[in-house]
Amino acid sequence: MTSWADFKHLAAPILEYAGVRKSFSVDRAVLDGFTLSVGARETVALVGPSGCGKTTALKLANRLVDADAGTVTVFGRPAAEHEPVGLRRRIGYVIQEGGLFPHWTVRENVEAVPRLLGWDEERRRARSDELLETVGLAPAEFGPRRPSGLSGGQRQRVGVARALAARPPLVLMDEPFGALDPIARRAMQKEFASWKSRWESAVLLVTHDLGEAFRLADRVAVLANGRIRQVGTRDELLHAPADAFVREFVSEFGA
Amino acid sequence: MTGLGAFLWERRGEIAALTAEHVALVAASALLAVAIGVPLGVAMTRRPRLARPVLGAANVVQAIPSLALFGFLIPVPLVGGIGARTAIVALVLYSLLPILRNTYAGIRSVEPSVLEAADGIGMSPAQRRRFVELPLALPVVLAGVRVAVVVGVGLATIAAAIGAGGLGVLIYRGVATADHRLILAGALPAAALALLLDFLLGLAERGLGPRR
Repeated sequence: MTSWADFKHLAAPILEYAGVRKSFSVDRAVLDGFTLSVGARETVALVGPSGCGKTTALKLANRLVDADAGTVTVFGRPAAEHEPVGLRRRIGYVIQEGGLFPHWTVRENVEAVPRLLGWDEERRRARSDELLETVGLAPAEFGPRRPSGLSGGQRQRVGVARALAARPPLVLMDEPFGALDPIARRAMQKEFASWKSRWESAVLLVTHDLGEAFRLADRVAVLANGRIRQVGTRDELLHAPADAFVREFVSEFGA
Repeated sequence: MTGLGAFLWERRGEIAALTAEHVALVAASALLAVAIGVPLGVAMTRRPRLARPVLGAANVVQAIPSLALFGFLIPVPLVGGIGARTAIVALVLYSLLPILRNTYAGIRSVEPSVLEAADGIGMSPAQRRRFVELPLALPVVLAGVRVAVVVGVGLATIAAAIGAGGLGVLIYRGVATADHRLILAGALPAAALALLLDFLLGLAERGLGPRR
């Protein structure tokens, strides 16, 4: 396991940021000189104080936001060359609280992307059955329910299943478990590891919770003031922090 | 009371025919107002700068006394003249405000996280509108239609003044001849119609609305 984690990010990256700059106002750049890569099947967590540009970085990958300068490369091509709607259908997207469609059933939510892609009903149904099983929601019981009839944790599970439906090579997760109480959160984090072994997707995970990042990710990237301060494993960040900011940021996990 | 009952029964044929005319006036104007108001309301959510002037204009129309608006429209070419066409134009103008306002408000009330999800999973703008925004706004839009229809039933009685027919015919005739039974013969069915349509559209609003 560890040896795979050690070298797999060296394979051709699925997502790569190089010197990216993005600002929403004239006087302040949210990201500036942002550089990061995510390899196939790798999970990278992006951590940092709130407002440091984590979510913006995530949205650059599926073109919900476009860079002002620098390049974002997705699936081997510059993001700007991808048609945004088509690109988004090939990238899973999980947001806080799930962002489920309240007027659709659980099954309809999970089948949303396959439906957009024109899968036939039989194939959609087989896939949504499989995914609902994976995330621990019995399809017969939960499939026909609406999001309003679910707990926060269940909604989040549906959100994850929806993101994975069309087998995307890359999944973006923005505080996927952020709205959950600590107990539900820990349960989801534990399950994430087992789900992850069955996916073929790379994951870029945004979280403000360093513990979550260490538990879920192969590598953790610390972001502050629009720039990556350090990318590394738990041990690297704890024992060889690149600068005072990283040392301070990881200090709660100090030995 | 028995006198009134017998009077209404005697004229049941005429009342039924005028009620049908009345329903046709209200239905035609409501359908037109929906056909104009919903797309315009959606357009306002795309270009918020449109929202103020358009809602303002609809508001001004609403403020014109209805009898005056019917009168103003008579000399207008194409839409004007004596008869049902002019009345429908006026009723559409009155119906526009609640439908516009509710379409705009309904779409604006869709949760930002739901819209972000729609974009994020790869819905085109047209798909987002059709599969997410409009269905979620539907109960609010229907509430606007319901207001427009109930107000329209009342307003349509005034349309008889410009020869558009409907239950107002009986009311005007009753006023002119000081016959309160004739006034009631127009007013009672109109009130019943308003209540009935309010009830039916209320059912639709609840039935079609998403269970959040």
